[in-house]
Amino acid sequence: MIEPDVCDLPGIVERWGKDPANMVQILRDVQESCGTIPSDTLDQLARLLGVPRVRIEATASFYHFFHAESHGAYEILFSDNIIDHMAGKEALKAYLCERLWLEPRKLSEDGLVYVDDTADIGLADQAPSMLVNGHAVPSLDQTRLDLVAELIRAKKPLADWPPMLFEIPDNIRLAGPLTGDPFAPGAALQATLARGSDATLAELDAANLRGRGGAGFKTATKWASCRKAEGEAHYVVCNADEGEPGTFKDRVLLNSHADLVFEGMTVCARVIGAKQGLIYLRGEYKNLLEKLQSVLARRREKGLLGNSILGEAGVDFDIEIHLGAGAYICGEESALIESLEGKPGKPRNRPPFPDRCGYRNQPTVVNNVETFACAARIAERGGAAFAALGTPQSTGSKLISVSGDCERPGIYEVPFGVTVQQILIDCGAEDAHAVQVSGPSGTCISYREFDRRIAFEDLPTAGAFMVFSRERDMFEVARNFTHFFAHESCGFCTPCRVGTSLLRNTMDKLAAGKGSAYDMNEMKNIMHILRGMAHCGLGHTAANPVVQTMEKFPDAYERRLKKLDFEPAFDLDGALQTARLITGRDDEWAHLAND
Amino acid sequence: MTKTCTFTLDGKTIPFEEGETIMEAASAAGVYIPHLCHHPEFKPHGSCKLCTVNIGGRLGAACTNRAADGMKVESETEALNADRRALTQMLFVEGNHICPSCEKSGNCQLQAVAYHLGMMTPHFTHFYPARDIDASHPDVLIERNRCILCELCVRASRDVDGKNVFGIGGRGIKSRLIVNSASGRLADTNMSVTDRAAEVCPTGAILRKRHGFTVPIGKRLYDHQSIAEVPVAGMKEPRRD
Repeated sequence: MIEPDVCDLPGIVERWGKDPANMVQILRDVQESCGTIPSDTLDQLARLLGVPRVRIEATASFYHFFHAESHGAYEILFSDNIIDHMAGKEALKAYLCERLWLEPRKLSEDGLVYVDDTADIGLADQAPSMLVNGHAVPSLDQTRLDLVAELIRAKKPLADWPPMLFEIPDNIRLAGPLTGDPFAPGAALQATLARGSDATLAELDAANLRGRGGAGFKTATKWASCRKAEGEAHYVVCNADEGEPGTFKDRVLLNSHADLVFEGMTVCARVIGAKQGLIYLRGEYKNLLEKLQSVLARRREKGLLGNSILGEAGVDFDIEIHLGAGAYICGEESALIESLEGKPGKPRNRPPFPDRCGYRNQPTVVNNVETFACAARIAERGGAAFAALGTPQSTGSKLISVSGDCERPGIYEVPFGVTVQQILIDCGAEDAHAVQVSGPSGTCISYREFDRRIAFEDLPTAGAFMVFSRERDMFEVARNFTHFFAHESCGFCTPCRVGTSLLRNTMDKLAAGKGSAYDMNEMKNIMHILRGMAHCGLGHTAANPVVQTMEKFPDAYERRLKKLDFEPAFDLDGALQTARLITGRDDEWAHLAND
Repeated sequence: MTKTCTFTLDGKTIPFEEGETIMEAASAAGVYIPHLCHHPEFKPHGSCKLCTVNIGGRLGAACTNRAADGMKVESETEALNADRRALTQMLFVEGNHICPSCEKSGNCQLQAVAYHLGMMTPHFTHFYPARDIDASHPDVLIERNRCILCELCVRASRDVDGKNVFGIGGRGIKSRLIVNSASGRLADTNMSVTDRAAEVCPTGAILRKRHGFTVPIGKRLYDHQSIAEVPVAGMKEPRRD
């Protein structure tokens, strides 16, 4: 039996500099060593850190991966994206539960295992997948789950499990300037130091690099504005909270091209005058942590990080890795900063934007992993070379994460401006009927629109590209996404907190065969409220999947409608069931007349 | 000090000082914009979204967006009020608000805003959440069924009382009001009935005990006037310019 380690709270707090801003990291370490975050731990932390308990509890109860109750020695979380469902996730989960004699969301009777779902874990190319104590296991099938069940029943520590269970190939199917060309660590930095910060900014501007997280804000503008902003310190933050279901390109970049990313951050630090960088790595990518730490250590040894970088006095910069704890909203830059500061990941009121008031209220550049990789290439090779690829408004290449109904899921680094059709041909998706571009918050396109282009001016994307064949039910796709948004809404603003749940409930009502045209209209109204009044992008886009599939695949909805006008969600006769059970009656008079 | 900058709100010229929000300037000029989480004494929060206005073609919360010279703002439009009504309905179905049995009825801002916006039904399907009541404290009651998560008590306790009695725990639709004690009971915090946090709740979620019905129903703040007519809701004194 694996006994949870005794939790060394003072040691953990010390390791994180006794700084309440590192609360998420402290809680992560507590949970890792104790298996839970017990209530009395919060009191001890409050004493050790000198912050009110209520604030620590707010953080501890916000993140999906933190829990006060025991989840046993093995916590298994199945990735719950529609792609996982299509690959048989539900049946496999039921299979594992049966093998282990347990029910989902209920600690097994021997206190050993706990099985539940979690939002997409960034392995849509190797679906279905799951996390075991935070470590990703891809490409699940019955054989692999048999092995997992055996290991669990033998109470084998995770460290002794066969490494092949945790092997995650990159699946780069089409390489490009970021993923295909060799990179000599230090090359971009050397060019930056030689060229100077002004000229580097000019190259970035000439390259017309735009943010790869999907919003497409011009990187040179962001860096220049942050550089100009006054503050006690400037910070560089890399957003590696790749939570958009169907996206996994940052996983691959960080696994195989981390030097490019870290170098881009260092170039940025040089330009804006930052001494400290942070990378916010989503908790689901914990398996990358050790590797990334070793890349950072190697860069310090080579003089590419630390004091006097490349021998230049005064060029000091280092990077710290922070792990997330299961919250999609932390991909929103101001929520990410809140999380870095140890708080629940709730987006801030803006303006001010992070370039003026970010991490610790200081000027901060927050960029996507891929953006930093691009910046490194631009520093190395110049802006013109970068802009030679793509379209005038969308320069360079884009990493597309292809998953779903195709022969070759994986990473495709394509020039901007490529058509959806071309990617479908490349990945072997002959029977494609629809593609969800840029994840649930992006755009659903039907087979009629496959000539559209991946570009900021047509189909902007953070990278997800989920393919659905003719056999797929687009209603179920949208329903899965409404569950995702309801689960991931931070709860700060009224429209998103309530609206996402209303949408989920209405889609479930339709799925139960109780829908009507009235409900369809209601969902459009909720979309209108979300789009206009929500606090951040999550809420603004949360109804998109429903509204777009409704418009493009009306059949998927219409065949579910029970009546065309109105059908109540409440089942009057069903409500009498408890009374029937209590009284032991099931005669005609114990039922309401059927109409 | 005279205000030199102006913007228009529904065609009316509103003067403002540099740094003032649309809400602050409008309130000072005696113009009501529906709101629940805003309170002039506390840091703007921007979570209820009821004060959403049209700022030159873009929607934004009046309580967090700063006024700018020459800006055109729309608030009292049919469309915006319909959206505000929907938000209010969302707040009603999210909790368990049973006005006829609530001590706050007539003094409740949620109820008053609903009347002001002409809300006749809850419209959406009720969530009927299971939420608990905390009657542990000798002088103050927490009725979580009526909490709308505006965080006014959180702000009042933290920023005015210097106590941090309240916080918001959980996430999304499972967000809930939590208090600063290991037991989760208000009695085990340093809450006092004289705290600002004890009286700032816009609904009946935080109530002083033994004061029930001292003012009879029918003679309460919003019984005879709309919330829009109560001078600068929640503010005891007129604004100093």
